[in-house]
Amino acid sequence: MTAEQIIQQILFFISAALTLGSAVMVVATRKLIQAALWLIVSLFGVAVLYALLDASFLVVVQVVVYIGAIAILFIFAVMLTQRDQRDKGPQLNKSWVLAALVGLATFGGLTFLVSSWTGFGAAAAPIPAGTVDMVADLGTALVSVDQYVLPFEVASVLLLAALIGAIYVAYNRK
Amino acid sequence: MNFWNDPVAFIADWLSGIFAGWGMPEFWSNLLVFAIGIFVLIAAIMVVDIFLVWIERKVVARFQDRLGPNRLGPYGLIQPFADIIKLLIKEDITPRTADKVVYNLAPILSMSSVLILWAIIPLAPLAWGVDLNVGVLYLVAAGAIGALSIIMAGWASDNKYALLGAFRQVATMISYEIPMVAALLIPVMLAGTMSMQGIVEAQTFGEPGVWFILVAPLAALIFAISSIAELGRSPFDLNEAESELVSGYHIEYSGMKFGMFYAGELLHAFTFGGFWGILFFGGYSVFGLETLPGLQWLSSPFIAVFMILVKALVGYWIIMWVKYTVPRIRIDHMLAFNWKILVPLSFTLIMLVAVLNKLLLGYGTLVYVAGMFLANVLLAIVTIMILGAYARRQRLAEEAALQIPARAAGD
Repeated sequence: MTAEQIIQQILFFISAALTLGSAVMVVATRKLIQAALWLIVSLFGVAVLYALLDASFLVVVQVVVYIGAIAILFIFAVMLTQRDQRDKGPQLNKSWVLAALVGLATFGGLTFLVSSWTGFGAAAAPIPAGTVDMVADLGTALVSVDQYVLPFEVASVLLLAALIGAIYVAYNRK
Repeated sequence: MNFWNDPVAFIADWLSGIFAGWGMPEFWSNLLVFAIGIFVLIAAIMVVDIFLVWIERKVVARFQDRLGPNRLGPYGLIQPFADIIKLLIKEDITPRTADKVVYNLAPILSMSSVLILWAIIPLAPLAWGVDLNVGVLYLVAAGAIGALSIIMAGWASDNKYALLGAFRQVATMISYEIPMVAALLIPVMLAGTMSMQGIVEAQTFGEPGVWFILVAPLAALIFAISSIAELGRSPFDLNEAESELVSGYHIEYSGMKFGMFYAGELLHAFTFGGFWGILFFGGYSVFGLETLPGLQWLSSPFIAVFMILVKALVGYWIIMWVKYTVPRIRIDHMLAFNWKILVPLSFTLIMLVAVLNKLLLGYGTLVYVAGMFLANVLLAIVTIMILGAYARRQRLAEEAALQIPARAAGD
């Protein structure tokens, strides 16, 4: 392995540990705002993973959408609705054993499935520099008929419906 | 490789030659050269930032018919250093009930959300941090981190004024992000790329090769308004409305932590001036003169850096001009202006530019530029007429409600 690959591995492990560790902190911390901030750290870790895969578009969209919009909305909602921002109740309920079992089984099953794939453990082929414009490819794929135009349009209709729904709920007829 | 044509690559090659001479593997020497490059760029920006304090104070003094700092050094140039010493030796206060980690992290994030923007600014034809193919979106993402730092500061201070200031600022930022992104889409459409370098090149060497201010003046205006709102500067400075909130989200910060917010704000304004220059005023190009025969020497990197700094300073000066001239507006007016005027206007503009850009491109530069410019002006006139009609209707309704006899027509 070259030095570059080793550094990529180290970065991967750091960001994976950051993502998982802060995801645990989201549910473990007692202050709601701190939970939201840990969520942001976790989402940022995912953005780093995208960056390691050279997916620059997904990195910035991850930051813009998840950190810039969704996490900020979470924080707003928590600050505006909760009077006391500390959670005092017990953090586990009776079915935590079952939940842990289901979680472990899902993780084990996914690991098994992925390890039976032929590409498991193989190094990714490097993307030839300067030849592929990935953003342009993504854009063409989203609007070309034989690729993803239908899911793309369905998603946009769904967003429009959500927009209209939000206006209807918030509209105050005088 | 010539120092005068490509100084960055020249120095980088020279440094990696030295490191290779010490027996360093190529990978590590490249890493070290990049680290030195980042350090030098950030250090240079911070030095510029120090003088921005002086510029801001001098310019505001002129607007308010004063002299500004004039005691320390020629024209008060040493004043910012005295300010820094003052900030450094002030007592560093952390409120007892504050969330310590978040409280201390917020000023760092605030400053770094501005500094990371300089990674994508093309300083000269061959000098930039990184030529991201999603540069425009990166600009928006950095703004998201800025909003995060403000809400962290407001919440962690555990002070109701700080929290209110943060709420107002973040509400402004996430609302004005929409017309800003829409206005950013227009240079992207015209240049056919999201990379800052590509946008600059399209304005000099592209198909029509004109500055986008001529093709989309309305987009430039919307970008300017929404970036002033994003900066939280007057007339959108509700976040630190002194008469209501004392000073907003950074009320509890003292010493250099406050200095980080303050310096970050000034640098942010300067940086947005630079982006305005890059997106609409041809970036580092010298008015397109370097494409003419006999004037190729104007595309030298040193002239280019000078041009981008001049354009950034002009943008910064316009932001200051607005700040110290226009009074603060009310929050409901601010939100109504965004959602009822800027958002529909920017979306209409996107559709107009997208259609006209394809229709007019085949008819030569003059027709293209004139057509696009007139379409923008026409859209602006129609908007103003619609707003005028709406305002008149509302005023008449109010007068009718107050039972004031309607004035005669033509009054």
